[in-house]
Amino acid sequence: MTSALLYDRLQFAFTATFHYLFPQLTMGLALLLFYLRSRALVTDDDHYQHVSDFWTSIFALNFGFGVVTGIPLEFQFGTNWARFSTFAGGVIGQTLAMEGVFAFFLESSFLGILLFRKRFSRRLQWFAALMLFVGSWISGYFILATNAWMQHPVAYQVGDDGRVFVNSLTGLLTNPWLFWQFTHNMTAAVVTASCVIAAVGAYYLLSGQHLSHAKTFLQTGVVAGAIASALMIFPTGHGNAKQVFEHQPVKGAAFEGLFTTERGAGLYLVGQPNLETMTIDNPIEIPKALSFLVYKDLYAKVKGLDAFPRDEWPDNLPLLYYAYHVMAGLGTIFAAIFGLALLSLWRGRLFNMKWLLWLLMLSAPFPYIATSAGWMTAELGRQPWLVYGLLRTADGTSPLVHSGNALFTLIGFLGLYLLLGLLFVFLLGKAIQRGPDSIDSQTTYPA
Amino acid sequence: METLWFIVVTLMLAIFIVLDGFDFGVDMVYPFVVRTEAERRTVLASIGPLWNANEVWLIAAGAVLFFAYPKAYAAGFSGFYLALILVLWLLIFRGLALELRSHVDHVLWKQAWDTAFTIASFLLAFVFGAALGNLIRGVPLNRDGYFFVPFWTDFQPGPEPGILDWFTVLLGLTTVSILAFHGANYLAMKTEGALYQRAVSTACVMGWVSAGCTVLTVTAVPFVQPSLRLNFAGHPMEYLVPLSGLFALGSSLYLRQRQRDTAAFLTSSAFILLMLTSVMFGMYPYILVSTTDPALSLTVFNAATDSYGLTAGFAWFGVGFLLVVAYQSYVYSLFWGKTRSDDAH
Repeated sequence: MTSALLYDRLQFAFTATFHYLFPQLTMGLALLLFYLRSRALVTDDDHYQHVSDFWTSIFALNFGFGVVTGIPLEFQFGTNWARFSTFAGGVIGQTLAMEGVFAFFLESSFLGILLFRKRFSRRLQWFAALMLFVGSWISGYFILATNAWMQHPVAYQVGDDGRVFVNSLTGLLTNPWLFWQFTHNMTAAVVTASCVIAAVGAYYLLSGQHLSHAKTFLQTGVVAGAIASALMIFPTGHGNAKQVFEHQPVKGAAFEGLFTTERGAGLYLVGQPNLETMTIDNPIEIPKALSFLVYKDLYAKVKGLDAFPRDEWPDNLPLLYYAYHVMAGLGTIFAAIFGLALLSLWRGRLFNMKWLLWLLMLSAPFPYIATSAGWMTAELGRQPWLVYGLLRTADGTSPLVHSGNALFTLIGFLGLYLLLGLLFVFLLGKAIQRGPDSIDSQTTYPA
Repeated sequence: METLWFIVVTLMLAIFIVLDGFDFGVDMVYPFVVRTEAERRTVLASIGPLWNANEVWLIAAGAVLFFAYPKAYAAGFSGFYLALILVLWLLIFRGLALELRSHVDHVLWKQAWDTAFTIASFLLAFVFGAALGNLIRGVPLNRDGYFFVPFWTDFQPGPEPGILDWFTVLLGLTTVSILAFHGANYLAMKTEGALYQRAVSTACVMGWVSAGCTVLTVTAVPFVQPSLRLNFAGHPMEYLVPLSGLFALGSSLYLRQRQRDTAAFLTSSAFILLMLTSVMFGMYPYILVSTTDPALSLTVFNAATDSYGLTAGFAWFGVGFLLVVAYQSYVYSLFWGKTRSDDAH
């Protein structure tokens, strides 16, 4: 790998992963905020108005960081991946432009209304929350349509000069790959938001402050989190894995750590891939489980890595394997915690179960890790392709941006985002410390 | 169809400069017009709910450029690599400064962010002007359709140019002065009292500075890019566009003196819109002019995506554009009128 290619990849991976820490919360929170503002409108209860206002301020903080870190991603298609943009602009230019025109304007215009909401009626605030929800979810839809095309190219034709062009807009927007990817990704966003709401609720309850708010946070977070974390596993996670084995079998074999083709392949829960011996060290395995999950048949044949030429293997195999296992492992744990919490809530015991509240409070960072690991699975597993089967990553870079330039900007992004991360954590902590009481929908809090 | 999308992209960029231009301008004149914390809050609240959506015009214009002319997008963005990454960093600072200033009630915190967005907005306005200068002057495109320009070489707009030369620096400074004038006009429209008086006097000064810079730039352009002059000479009717642009600037200066605030702001908007339209007329059909060999230039025809993409795009873009105009107008109408300091969120 030339060093320019390495820096280009690191820069995109780093800026994309950092960026996505924010939208995964705002997309999930947009749905929950719409629910909370609907309750505030229907019940005309100041309690729900307060709860909504508090989470609107958290939403706005995240949204601000999400916007400023999102712009570099769209620019980098051109700055660092010029040959990819030339090659595929005739297809993905469509979905990226749609995202800009349909989603970004909607989100930014109506967030302005929610931030300066004192001037406006609750009905307009509710409407703005609805528009934010619609805007952020269609934004997710278009960007995932772009990624789905890179994973599973459809609806294109190759032009005379070797570039690709879209030949059916509906085909591009209804890419079969997109259905499971979108549902899986959006339920993950709801899990993140639910986890954060429940964790803040648990923190307030355990420390004996803002009790009525805390209970609403916990109820909302636990119910939404239980539903979403169950949907994460089945059907959306399962659907995703099945389509990977159908269309990208080498990715599937790589993230499961299946080196050799087997009938009745087992599922590794733990273990370290050993590239010397092409085996898994220290394996804990459920026999025949992989064959069953993919083909509903205990003795079905699953292709291992040995079925594919070495130059089509994902180039960072151990990292891909760990990313997938971290995602899947954490997803299972979330479902267990939220399932337990929902049961306790239903029996009216949750608010007195200290250990479970502690667990909910400490769980907040883990959906971020799971989601990042999930995206690493999708993107590392796509390697060595930039557009699956059509364009290799090494052939997508900008020809005249040399490694000195790329490293210069990579270092700049690392430093800048470190500062951003510190600022964000500081301000989030401050907002949670200040709590929902300080935000009143009638009077100003310190501007 | 190729031509239609060229108009769309330039129109979106022009809307961006008019709309986000006023909030850039407000940020730049900010240290000169505010004295008290209440005044600072008023000024920030006047752009607070609007600037983010204004900035989206840049993002959306970039995305539409990518969609309609992938080759030009790829060549331009990778060729201006350093300048574009710098723009990204500045946009990050400016966005955060506007968002985060209100989060901590401490004088140093507020001063730091005040300084950050004034400097970031100044540099951004300068870089956008310099970028326009680069497009007019041309870039050293190679046979594969790519180029790379460093920040500077010998500061001459020759065949081996840098991002900064005397011409692009002139355009950068012109843009700074025009946007400062435009922003001060906006502020005059939104404020009252002592703040209003200071906004007016800043606008008067910046108005004359931008008039001077504009004259210099308009004189320099034909020498730096002769094809622009030839384009106009071939279609003399097109001279009406820059002439009406200059007329709009004159009217804006006159209305400014008469304290017709809204009219002054609208005419400075028209001035920016018409001058950018003139550049569009002058450049057509070129998107990126090659300084090495004119045959290597990227035009609206050889850089465009295929006809299915352009046609299909028009259907959704038409709907999307009307929606955006509808609800952005609605949001502007909600915040119309004078801003008060307790409007801050």
